Amino acid sequence: MAERIIELRDISKSYGQVYALGGVNLSVDRGEVVGLIGDNGAGKSTLIKILSGVVKPTSGEILVRGKPVTGWNPARSRDAGIETVFQDRALAVQQTIVRNIFMGRELTGWLGWLKVDKEVAEASRLMREIGFTSKVFTPQSIVGQLSGGERQGVAIARAIYKKAELIVLDEPTTALSLTETAKVFHFVRQVRASGRSILFIGHNIHHVFDIADRFVVLDRGKVALTADRSEVKSAEDLINFMEDVAHPSGLPGLHDAGDTERAAR
Amino acid sequence: MSKTMEPDLQSPLGGTHGETAGKEWRHPSDNWLRGFILDNRAALGTLAVFIVMMAVFMIANPTVFTTWYLYSSVLTTLPVALFVVVPLVFVVTCGEIDLSFPATMGFASWVFALVVQAGYDPFLGIAAAIVTGMLLGFLVGSLVVYGGLSSLIATLGMNFLLRGLIQIINEGRSTALTGLADSWAYKIFSSQLYGIPVQIFWAIGFVVLSALLYNRHRFGAQVKVVGDNPDSAQQMGIDVKRVRVKVFVFVGIGAAIAGTFSVMINFTWWPTAGDGYLLPVLASVFVGGTPTWGGIGTVVGGAIGAVTVSFIQTGVVAAGLSGFYVQFFNGLIIILSLLGHKWNQARYR
Repeated sequence: MAERIIELRDISKSYGQVYALGGVNLSVDRGEVVGLIGDNGAGKSTLIKILSGVVKPTSGEILVRGKPVTGWNPARSRDAGIETVFQDRALAVQQTIVRNIFMGRELTGWLGWLKVDKEVAEASRLMREIGFTSKVFTPQSIVGQLSGGERQGVAIARAIYKKAELIVLDEPTTALSLTETAKVFHFVRQVRASGRSILFIGHNIHHVFDIADRFVVLDRGKVALTADRSEVKSAEDLINFMEDVAHPSGLPGLHDAGDTERAAR
Repeated sequence: MSKTMEPDLQSPLGGTHGETAGKEWRHPSDNWLRGFILDNRAALGTLAVFIVMMAVFMIANPTVFTTWYLYSSVLTTLPVALFVVVPLVFVVTCGEIDLSFPATMGFASWVFALVVQAGYDPFLGIAAAIVTGMLLGFLVGSLVVYGGLSSLIATLGMNFLLRGLIQIINEGRSTALTGLADSWAYKIFSSQLYGIPVQIFWAIGFVVLSALLYNRHRFGAQVKVVGDNPDSAQQMGIDVKRVRVKVFVFVGIGAAIAGTFSVMINFTWWPTAGDGYLLPVLASVFVGGTPTWGGIGTVVGGAIGAVTVSFIQTGVVAAGLSGFYVQFFNGLIIILSLLGHKWNQARYR
C-alpha cells in the first residue's frame, strides 16, 4: 500500500454549542486524488482550516506519515507538505507568473537582488511539470491575461515549488467553464503522476467524480460515505446517495445524520 | 456530461496533443522590441506626452527654448522633486499615499541647518537629516499601518502637525548658512560640472538605483505584491505590515535628501521648506503612469512625469504667455496624461 501522507482520526470541532465536525476520519495516500464532496455548511471549510493548521480541532488525532503529531499548527502543516490553494484570493493578478510563484520566497543573491533568469528557468520547469505548456504565454506573462483554469495552474505550480506533498484544492472548478475545468483536471492528473497527492474539494459531484480516485462525502459535520472509484458505478449513483442523505425518504435509521447530531447535543 | 469533456482532456491547452507536449514556453526575448514596449508602455506614454509638450513650447518660442539658461534653471530644482517622486511611486504601488513628505522635507532640512549652523561638517548634517527622515517616515508609517488609519487622512494630519511644530519653534524665522559654499559637501552635491548643476547627476543615480530596486529587488517585488493582493501576500508568508512601513521610511529618506538639497541650493533654510512641492510631486507620480489602485507602477515614468511638470511652469512663461496660464496648463497636462494612461493600460482583476 502507498504511503499514508496524512490521516485525521475522529476529528471533532465545536464552536461553543455548535458542532461543525463530529468525529471525522479522513486519510490521503501518496499519489492519490481524494474527492471531498459536501454541500454548503457540511463542514468542508472547517476541515480545510484544520488541515492547514489554522483551526485547532476540539478533539481527535492527526497522523503524518503514520506518526501522531502533537501541537498541530500552520508551521507543522507546512512541514508535513500540505498546501492549500484557495480559489479567489490566491494570486496577485497584475504581476507576472514568475512573481506569483516566488511570492514571499524570491530567489535572491547579493543584498536581496533578484535572480530573474534563475526564477524564469525554475518557473518554466514547474509549469512543464504540471503540464502547463503554452505558445502564447511566457513565465513573464501577467497572470491577469490567463484564463481561470490556467490561473489555478499557476497556484498549483506555486504549491509544488513550496515542496507540497498534498495539495488541497478548495473548490477549484466552481466558477469555471467546461474547457477551463478540463485544464484544471489536466494539471491535477500531472501532479498525481509526479507522485504527489491532491485533496479535491467541491460541491459539483460531476467534477469530483471525473477526477477523484476515492470519494469522501461530508454531511452536516460527519462522513456520510467513503468509497473507492471502483465501488461507484456513475456520478448518478453518488448523486442518488447524496439526495438520500439530504432528504431521508422516510427510512428510519438510514444515514440520518440529523438525528445523531441532535443526540450529540 | 463527462463524455463531452473527454476530447478536451486530450489537449486542454489548445492545439493537437503532440504539439502541446513538444512545445516549450516561447522565450520572452523572441521579439524583444515588442516586449520592451509592452513592459514599459506607461513610461513610454509619459515620454511621448513630454516630447509633444516640448515641441509645442519650442514652436511657440524657438529662441528661448534653445538657450541653455532655461534648462539649467529647471535642472537645479528638478532633482529636489525627483527625490520624493520616486519613493512616492513605491507608496502608491503599495496601495497607500503619503502627503506628509513636504513637512518631512522641512523637518529633516531643519535638522541639517541646525547641525551646520552649530559648526559641524555638512556631511554630518546630511547624515542627521537622513536619520531624521527615516524616523519621521517610520513614525508616519507606523501610525498608518499599526494604527490602522487611512493613509490619505493620517499623512495629511501629520503634514500639518509637523509643519506646525516647525513653525511654533522657529516662529517663522529662517536660518542662513553662509559658510556652506566653501564646504566639500557643497562642491560634491550642489556645484556645477561643465555648466550643468551637479544635483541632477545625483538625482539620476537615485532614479536608476530606485528603478532597479523596484524591478530587480525583493523589496520592489514585495511592494507590488502587497499592493496587488495583500491577502495573498500574507498567506505566502510576506510580512505585509512591515513592507508597508518600509515604503513610508523610504519616502522619509527621499524627503530628507530633497530637503537638504533645496537648502544647499539657496544657502538658507526656511520654515516653509518643502511646502510648495506637495501638489507638483503628486501630479508627477500620476502623470508618470502609476495608477491609483496599487500593484503596478513605474519609477522611470514617475521621473519623466516630474520633468514634464517642472517644464510646464517654465515653459508657459517662456513661451510668452502670462503666469496666469500656468495652472491651466498644469491641469490640462494632468488630465490629458490620465486619459492617455487609461487608454494605454488595461487593469487586470
